[in-house]
Amino acid sequence: MATRQKTSAAADRQGVRDAVVVGGNRVPFSRAGKKYADASNQEMFTAALEGLVARFGLQGERLGEAVGGAVLKHSRDFNLVRESVLGSSLSPATPAFDLQQACATGLEATINVANKIRLGQIESGVAGGSDTVSDAPIAVSEGLRRALLEVQHAKTWQARAKALAAIRPGDLKPLVPATDEPRTGLSMGEHQAITTARWGIAREAQDEIALASHQHLAAAWESGFFDDLVTPFRGLTRDDNLRADTSLEKLASLKPVFGRSLEAPATMTAGNSTPLTDGASTVLLGSREWAESHDLPVLARVVDAETAAVDFVHGHEGLLMAPVHAVPRLLARNGLTLDDIDFFEIHEAFASTVLTTLAAWEDADYGKNELGLPGAFGTVDRTKINVNGSSLAAGHPFAATGGRIVATAAKLVAQRAAETGEPARALISVCAAGGLGATAVVESV
Amino acid sequence: MTDRYTQAVNSGVTKTLAKKLGLPRPAILRRYRAGDPLTVGPVLVVSDGASKGAADTLAQALLEWDVDVRRQPTDDVRWGAVVLVLTEAAEPTELAEPVLAAGSVLRHLAPNGRVMTVSRAPGEGDSPTLAATRHGVDGFLRSLAKELRAGATANGVVLTDGAAVEARSALAALRFFLSAKSAYVDGQLLRVGPADTAAGTDLTTDRPLEGKVAVVTGAARGIGAAIAKTLARDGATVVCVDVPAAGEGLSRTANSVGGTALQLDVTADDAGTRILAHARERHGGLDVVVHNAGIVRDKLLANMKPAQWEAVVAVNLAAQLRINDTLLAAGLDGLHIVSLASTSGIAGNKGQTNYAFTKAGVIGHTRATAALLAARGGTANAVAPGFIETDMTSSIPFATREVARRLPTLAQGGRPVDVAEAIAFLASPAATGVNGQVLRVCGQHLVGQ
Repeated sequence: MATRQKTSAAADRQGVRDAVVVGGNRVPFSRAGKKYADASNQEMFTAALEGLVARFGLQGERLGEAVGGAVLKHSRDFNLVRESVLGSSLSPATPAFDLQQACATGLEATINVANKIRLGQIESGVAGGSDTVSDAPIAVSEGLRRALLEVQHAKTWQARAKALAAIRPGDLKPLVPATDEPRTGLSMGEHQAITTARWGIAREAQDEIALASHQHLAAAWESGFFDDLVTPFRGLTRDDNLRADTSLEKLASLKPVFGRSLEAPATMTAGNSTPLTDGASTVLLGSREWAESHDLPVLARVVDAETAAVDFVHGHEGLLMAPVHAVPRLLARNGLTLDDIDFFEIHEAFASTVLTTLAAWEDADYGKNELGLPGAFGTVDRTKINVNGSSLAAGHPFAATGGRIVATAAKLVAQRAAETGEPARALISVCAAGGLGATAVVESV
Repeated sequence: MTDRYTQAVNSGVTKTLAKKLGLPRPAILRRYRAGDPLTVGPVLVVSDGASKGAADTLAQALLEWDVDVRRQPTDDVRWGAVVLVLTEAAEPTELAEPVLAAGSVLRHLAPNGRVMTVSRAPGEGDSPTLAATRHGVDGFLRSLAKELRAGATANGVVLTDGAAVEARSALAALRFFLSAKSAYVDGQLLRVGPADTAAGTDLTTDRPLEGKVAVVTGAARGIGAAIAKTLARDGATVVCVDVPAAGEGLSRTANSVGGTALQLDVTADDAGTRILAHARERHGGLDVVVHNAGIVRDKLLANMKPAQWEAVVAVNLAAQLRINDTLLAAGLDGLHIVSLASTSGIAGNKGQTNYAFTKAGVIGHTRATAALLAARGGTANAVAPGFIETDMTSSIPFATREVARRLPTLAQGGRPVDVAEAIAFLASPAATGVNGQVLRVCGQHLVGQ
């Protein structure tokens, strides 16, 4: 701690100004098929935007950009964010675009908006994401799709009839979206089960992470932490996946659901894996000048970000291990070490994701061979991890998780700095499908 | 929420039927719309002999509002309003002339017309004769209000502390009562004193709260949402406050008025500090606070559980007191506080010992706070709604609700906007001479004053 950095090196870079987090808003997250069963991504994202607009008095305001996306997306939602902006109280002159980086969508959107602000291209922006498993698109089979397209292109009724005649009964079976990895055919849980086994992560350790997530999130709700981060939606006032009364005994009683075909004992259960969830989140960013001229508060500044990708297809690395590679690069570039971080927001895709991340960082061989470091990257103080709960308790509406974490992290560092008078810093790490990972550092101002 | 009976007796076949059967026919009340004339017709100003000078002054003020002012009662016009100026009357016998003159035109009072008295409050040291004359106006006005029909109402401005008839706040009160903004206020006498800070305020502006920052608690829906919208219409920047669980409605209110949403439980220890900080940091100050948040937990006292009593006291009374303490300590200039009381707090209501305790308590602290705020040009007043058509009252069983609706002189429930208009008036700088008062918005409910 004695060598702790007071300001991150990136702050000194010439020609780049700060992008600050003003605040955030999300709807309470809801388990798939429950409160938001018939809510679309656009409705949820619009609701999250409307709460943000109300909190910060942005009615009629032209923001520099609104950026976000959804992982499970209908083709009609090609302009999801723009359509949501048009349905909101923001100025219709607010440009918007959709981006998508699987579970890292929300964080990638934040990085994108922050970078535009830092470059002076925009003064303000909203980043976020929305996902619904309940209202997921269902596609038609490849055979039916080809036949229907042919019918549309056909010029005569005979040609149309011919195209229709080509449809076979088997073509009528709808294609339900799957979260399986396209290149391996394995679900994310099965992939993580392999990683979990490789690192020998115990069932008990995973259940402890899950328990802490629920307890921390429940305490945060009780303390009013989310009073200015969440706006109720469709009568739901809190994340309904939260089980404040869960216990190690209850978690221990659940049967493993992933990794049952592996040699190692299966350890991953519905309790220590995130459930399918619906929800949307937003983060408001701006330049310091913009925030000041609008009499808006500033929680934190976005210091820097780093993405990474790993080769999971050939089994060299675990599917969800990309952030393990991104963080050492991110911290090194900013002259920071793990000791300079006050809060670790590590997305809990699975409890074991957090644990394999920590184990890899503590492993000297891994540090040398995989991360190119002289030895182990370092040890993270467990008491600094996900102090107000994370995805195991809140749920994980894929694209909405990044916004939830950024707003939480920004508020945490602002509160800590206000208490201690010292700068505070949070590291955000989000793993994603496709062997992707996005990470970022935010710091109090 | 809709009052089907009132709709039915005012349109179509059912209107004819109701007329023939002699059924009570509550009127469709005229409500404020920007640009509409102040009154529905010419205004007759009459007075007793001694008050003639005051009546002249008042008539002059009315002329400045582009009102067609007449001084002679005639039966060839549909009168928009009759104003009785009685400020200088000293003997009961002196009232006969103006009162009978007003009576002679009542048959020609237009629907939604107004009858107003302007008089003086009896004070210490008054002779018995003077006190009788002045206090007599009270009974006269309340009885007359019950005789008016077709949405016409009668209200009085009662001058205190030697306030001149043309005192800014007296004129502001007169204008409020004459206007459609007072649609559901009936049979009320409002005491108005002199106030230096009200001088020079524009009484005819559509935006009397321009540049002001107002906080409304319980703003997610119902009366609170209507208050936020009305204050915003009048020019205020509105901070909308409600409990976090009501955030969805709250953000809707905030976005519709271009204000900010502050999700906050008013019973929190630091509620006052957070409200003040939000108003100052985000909007540069605080001028108006409307304590609207309130809950009911109706039970006969014999069946009352501690939690039911305590919750109502915590939200309806203790929270207001704590927030006011913070605001008073902050030493804000010209702060206008308006609290929601209730007719239950005035007349009592079976099953509402807890609620009525808090609402009468609101009246108590309003009177005490008034003196503390006056020193800095501020005011504390209360508005006591009667039966208002909201989500809350729509859950009352049908028969009970129908009875409650027909009991007041206006024979109908009020709308949230009626309460909001009274609050907006009391919150305006021109109304600074109104301090420590309780204004009822109850259609002249049967019970209480």
